[in-house]
Amino acid sequence: MIETVAKLVDTTLCIGCKACEVACQEWNDQEFTTGVFRNTYQTLPDLAPNFWNLIKFSEHDINGEQHWLMAKYQCMHCADAGCIKACPAPGAIVRRPNGIVDFVHENCIGCGYCITGCPFDVPRLSPKTRKVYKCTLCSDRVAAGLEPACIKTCPTNCLTFGSRNDLKFLAEKRAEELRKDGLANAGVYDGPGVGGTNVLYVLKHADRPQDYGLPKDPRIPWTVSLWKGPLKWLGNTVFFGGLLAALVHYIKVGPKEAHDEAEN
Amino acid sequence: MASLAATFGRGAMTNGWTDVVNADVILVMGGNPAENHPVGFRFVMEARRRRKAKLVSIDPRFNRTAAVSDCYVPMRAGTDIAFLGGLIHYALENKLYHADYIKLHTNASFLVKEGFGFENGHFSGWNAEKKTYDRSTWQYESDGQGFAKVDPTLEHPRCVFQLMRKHYERYTPEAVANIAGCSAGEFNRAAAIICSTGRPDKSGTILYALGWTQHSHAVQLIHTAAMLQLLLGNVGVPGGGVNAQRGHANIKGSTDMGSWNNLPGYLRLPRANHTSLDEFLKANTPKPLRPNSMNYWSNTPKFMTSLLKAYYGRHAARKNGFGYHNLPKIGESDNNSWGFFFDRMHKGSIEGFLSFGMNPVANGPNTPKMLDALSKLKWMIVVENFETETAAFWNAKKLGEKYYSSFIDPAGIQTEVFLLPAACFAEKDGAFVNSSRWLQWKSAAVPPPGEAKPDQEIIARLFLKVRELYEKEGGKAPQPLLQMSWDYANPLSPSLEEVAREVNGRDLAGKQLNGFGELKDDGSTACGNWIYCGSWPEAGNMMARRGQEDPTGLGLFPNYAWSWPANRRILYNRAASDAGGKGWDPQRTSIRWDGVRWTGDTPDYKADAKPSDFGAFIMLPEGVAKLFAADLLEGPFPEHYEPAESPVPNPLHKEVSSNPLASVFQGALDKLGSAKDYPYVAITYRLTEHFHYWTKHMHASGELQSNFFVEVPEELAREKGIKGGDFVRVTSARGSVEGPALVTRRIRPLKVEGKTIYQIGIPIHWGFVGRVRGPLVNNLTPSVYDPNSGTPEYKGFLVNLEKV
Amino acid sequence: MGDSVSRRSFLLTTTALGFDLKPAIAAARELKISRTTQTHSVCPYCAVGCSVVIHTLGDKARNVQPSVVHIEGDPDSPINRGTLCSKGISLKEFVVNERRLTRPLYRAPGSSAWTRISWEEALDKMARRIKDTRDRGFEEKDAQGRTVNRLPNLALIGGCTDTNEINYLISKFRFGLGIAAYENQARL
Repeated sequence: MIETVAKLVDTTLCIGCKACEVACQEWNDQEFTTGVFRNTYQTLPDLAPNFWNLIKFSEHDINGEQHWLMAKYQCMHCADAGCIKACPAPGAIVRRPNGIVDFVHENCIGCGYCITGCPFDVPRLSPKTRKVYKCTLCSDRVAAGLEPACIKTCPTNCLTFGSRNDLKFLAEKRAEELRKDGLANAGVYDGPGVGGTNVLYVLKHADRPQDYGLPKDPRIPWTVSLWKGPLKWLGNTVFFGGLLAALVHYIKVGPKEAHDEAEN
Repeated sequence: MASLAATFGRGAMTNGWTDVVNADVILVMGGNPAENHPVGFRFVMEARRRRKAKLVSIDPRFNRTAAVSDCYVPMRAGTDIAFLGGLIHYALENKLYHADYIKLHTNASFLVKEGFGFENGHFSGWNAEKKTYDRSTWQYESDGQGFAKVDPTLEHPRCVFQLMRKHYERYTPEAVANIAGCSAGEFNRAAAIICSTGRPDKSGTILYALGWTQHSHAVQLIHTAAMLQLLLGNVGVPGGGVNAQRGHANIKGSTDMGSWNNLPGYLRLPRANHTSLDEFLKANTPKPLRPNSMNYWSNTPKFMTSLLKAYYGRHAARKNGFGYHNLPKIGESDNNSWGFFFDRMHKGSIEGFLSFGMNPVANGPNTPKMLDALSKLKWMIVVENFETETAAFWNAKKLGEKYYSSFIDPAGIQTEVFLLPAACFAEKDGAFVNSSRWLQWKSAAVPPPGEAKPDQEIIARLFLKVRELYEKEGGKAPQPLLQMSWDYANPLSPSLEEVAREVNGRDLAGKQLNGFGELKDDGSTACGNWIYCGSWPEAGNMMARRGQEDPTGLGLFPNYAWSWPANRRILYNRAASDAGGKGWDPQRTSIRWDGVRWTGDTPDYKADAKPSDFGAFIMLPEGVAKLFAADLLEGPFPEHYEPAESPVPNPLHKEVSSNPLASVFQGALDKLGSAKDYPYVAITYRLTEHFHYWTKHMHASGELQSNFFVEVPEELAREKGIKGGDFVRVTSARGSVEGPALVTRRIRPLKVEGKTIYQIGIPIHWGFVGRVRGPLVNNLTPSVYDPNSGTPEYKGFLVNLEKV
Repeated sequence: MGDSVSRRSFLLTTTALGFDLKPAIAAARELKISRTTQTHSVCPYCAVGCSVVIHTLGDKARNVQPSVVHIEGDPDSPINRGTLCSKGISLKEFVVNERRLTRPLYRAPGSSAWTRISWEEALDKMARRIKDTRDRGFEEKDAQGRTVNRLPNLALIGGCTDTNEINYLISKFRFGLGIAAYENQARL
C-alpha cells in the first residue's frame, strides 16, 4: 500500500533561517527576485509564482511577553483539496497516490479557479507563462526516495517528512509534551474544515493560529463546493468556458510545449 | 582566543558543535547562533528538545536566538564584563559554585604576592605616566623552589579564591542592572538558570562569537566567561565549555598556521632579543609552576626544530640553528596586528600589500582611514573569486558616492593594482578546520572558470618567480628565500595532498609520523605544524575519514574527519573527573580511568598516567586552569570598563572609565566622539540572510534581504518622527551611512545611571561592489582595539541618528 | 518528539518511521540529479563546517567540461546531517556566477579603469614589484646590530577562507620574504 506522505512543521523549533525558502527555489530552479525594503525581516510579503515557501514573521505580545513568531507557509496538500475541486481542466491538478497535490502544467489553462478554491490562498498565477504554480512537495524527489528540499535542508528539525499517520502521532505527542512543560495552549493544526492537511503544524499557541499566519477555520468557498457537488451540471457548462479559456491561452501565448523553458 | 589560551592553555573552542546536545543550560551571549550559525544551532534546539535544556539569551537585541530562548535579558553593548562579573558574584554569594572542582582544577588555591590589589579602576603597579602596568605584584608567591604556594582550604586572604570574591563584591545584581540597563529581577532570573549548572550532575555551555571579541576589552571579557565556567565546574565536561563560534570556514586553520605574531602551531615569532635558536627556546619554553604540572610546552624545542626542518630541509642543521636566522625577528615591542600595520600603511611606510581572499576596505574599522592607507601603497595584489571594495578602492569616490566625496580621484592614486582570479572552494581540494577543531578534507568537483587558478598555483608561481629573480640578479639577503624548501613534485602548483603530508611531518627516512609525541629536537623529524601531526600518518589521510561510529554516545564521532590535537574531541577532558578519576557526573565524562589507563575520547592527559600524577590543564605551567591570569595586560581579574566611546562614565570608577590599555590611535582620521554629539549606542552585526561581504554577489541573498537598513527602537523613532521605511542617516565621528529605518520593538530602551539609553542596530553585508549594494557600516566604526588580541571595537560605539 | 520515533533525529541512524518513501509514483518533473557525479566538499562560509555534496553534470570526456548543477547537504556529516542554511543551500550560485573573476585584471597608477593583463605579464610585473620593495626595505640588522632579517615595508593578509595547505604555503612565502605584518580574519 502506498502511504500518504506529509510534512510536519514544529514551529517551536523554527529559527527563521529561511533555508527552506532558498532550498525550494534552488531545487525547483525558480528565479530569485530582488526584494524591496518593507520594514520587516520577512523575505516577501506573500507567496509568488516563483516563490512557493514563505516564512511568515510576526510579532505579538502574548500574556505580556514579547514573541517573534516564525512559521513556514506553503501548499497544505489538503485531503479535501479546494484547488482540485475548482479546477476545470482535466489532469491539470492531480492527487498522486501518496497524497501529494501536484499541478501538471501542460494541462493547466491558467484560468485561476484553483486560486479561488484554495482556503489557504496558496496557488499563484504567473503573468509570464499564464500558468499557476505552488509547492509540489518535491514530487520528483519523493518519487526518487529523497526528502523534499525544504525538509532536507532544515537545520533545526523543525521540519519532518514521513507518512501522515506517523507524523500525526509525533505531532500530538510533541504537543502533549509542550503542554506538560506548561504551555497550556500548545496543540496541533491539521487543516480543520478541509478533511485534514498533509502539512501538519505544532503550535505553541494553537488557540491563535492566525498569529502564525494560518487561517483559524479554513473552508473551501461555498461556490466551489457547489460547483463539483450539487451543481455539477453548472460546472460542466463552465468547463466549456474553461476550454474556451484554453483556446484563448493557446492563441495568445502559443503551444504548451514551448513553455517548459519559460517557467525556469 | 588569546583569552582562552591564557585561561586554559589553548586558544580554541573547548568542546564542539556536536557536543552541545549534552548541555543542560546553554548561555548565548556575544553571539547569535540562530542567525549566524543556524546549522550549529541545531544542537542547541536538539538539547532543548531532548533534555529540556534551558536556553538563555543575553543581547542588546531580541534577535532570532532570543526568539526561541527560555530567558532573554536585554543589555547595553559593551557591559558584558559587568554582567558576567555579576554572575560570578551570584555564584559565590549563593554558594552555587562547584567547590571540589575549583580546588582540584583551578588556581583558586594559589597564593598571590603581597601588594596585589585593585583601587579606583586600576590594579596595583599602574604607572600613570607611561600608561603601563608593572606586573610584579600580580605573581604567585613562590615556595622558594620555583613553585607557587597554595592553600587547599581556600581560606588564605591572599589566595586567588578570596581575592576573586573580594574583587567581585561590587558586582551586585543592582550594580549590574545599573550598568547593563536591564532590571535586577531580569538579571537574577538569568543568573538562577545559568548558575544551576554548578552541581556535579549538571553541565552548561557558553556559545559566543564576535559580540564578545569585538570590544576594546574583549580578552578580559572572555576570561570572565571562562572564570564563570570554571567556578561552575563546566570545563572539560561534555555539554560544557567556552565555545567560540568562528565566522569563516578556515579562520581556525589559518590561525593555527600562524598569523600575527605566531609561527605555525602557536609557536611564537622570534623577537630581536632572541639572538639564537637557544635563546629563543629558552624564552619560549616555560617552567612548571607546580610539582605535578605536565607543562606540555616544555616540548617547544621539538616542535620548533621540526618546523625549521620542514621549512629549510637540507639547509637546516644543528650548526646553523636549523636555519633559525632565516626567520624574521620582530622588535621587542613591535605590534604587527591589524590596527598597527594599517596605521603604518596610512602613514606611508608600507609599499606593497598582498591580500588573499580578504576585503579590508569592507571588514576593517574606519573605512575612510582604510581607503587612505591603500592609496599610500606603491602596489597591491588581490587574489579573489569576486571583485571587492578592496580591489576597487581607487574608484571609491565614484562607486561609494556620497560617503567618500572627500576621497582622492583615481588620477591622484598611484597604487598599482593586480586583481587575480582564484579558484573557489569547489574547485580545490584541501582541509578546512571548523570551530570544533575538526580538519575536514574536501575534494575538487570542477575546474576553475576561465583563466582562474587555484591559490596554490598563484602562490607558487609568484614565489618561484621572485626566487628566480634573486637567483639571476642577486639582491638583498637572498638566503631566507633561497633556503625555503619547495621540493614539490610539481613546484609550480604543489598538490595539496603532498603539502598536507609535509604539514603532518615525517622522519629522515620519509616515514609519516603518527603524532607529535614522535617529534624530536635533533633535526631527525620535520613537521610543518606540530598540532596537525597525526592528520596524515602512514595509514593515510585522517581528515577525509567518514566513520559514523559514536561509541560513547556523546556525539564525539572519533572516526569522522580528524581533530587537533591528537584527534581529541573535548579539550581538558581530564577535568570532567575528580581526584580519583571518577567522573563528576559518571554519565557525562568523555574519558574514564579504568585503573590502568584512560578510555573513551583521546585523553587530554597521559593515557596511562594515574589521575593524581598530573594537573588536568597540561598546556599551562600551573597544571590547572587560571581564574587569576597575570598574563593579560589590563589585570589578572577582569574589570568592567566602558567602550572607548560610551554614553556614560563608568559607574564603578568614573575617572578610569574605559580600558586604560586599549589601543587607541591619534591620527587625523582616528577621531572619537562623545555622547554630547553622538548620543546613541551602535552595534554592527550579521544577518542570517547573508554571509559577510560575499553574498551581495548572489541572487539568493539579494532576495532574502536586498537592502541595507538601520534598526531603530520604536520609542526613539517616535521621538524623532521616524516611520518604518523612512530614510535615516547615522553619523559617527568617522563617517556616515544612510538607509531605510526598520522601526522595531526588539531593541528596548535601557535605563543606565538613571538615563534612558537607546541602541541602534546596523547590519553589515553591503558595500559599493556587488549585485546588491549599500553603505559600508565600517564608515562608522572606530579604530580602537583590544590590546591583547588587536580586535577592533565594533560593538558599542557612539552615533547620532537623523531623518533624511 | 520522542527519540525512538524521530526519523531525522541526528544521533540515531535508524529509520524509525519504517516505510518506503519511493514507491513508483509519477512526478511532474524529472529528477535533475539523476545523472550527476557527486563530489564531497565543505561549505566555505562560516566555521560550523557543514559538508556538502556537489552534483556535477558531464563526464570529463574531451569535449565536456563538467558543470555544477546542484549542491546540497551531505547526510554523512555528523555536524549537518544533510542540512544547510540559506547561504549553504544556494552555494551553486557561488560557483556558477557571472560575476566571478575569470581573468587577471590590472589597474595602472592613476588609471580609472581595469584593463586585461595576461598571467605571464602579471607574474613578471608582480615579482619585480616584490623584489624591488624587498630590496629597498629588507632589514638584516636592527639598530643594535642584532640579526633580524625582516621585511617591514610589505604586508600580507588572508587565508581564512582557504585551506590549511594553502595557508602553509602562504607561511613559506611569508617567511621566505621575511614579512612580519601578516593578519587574517581572526583579528576582526
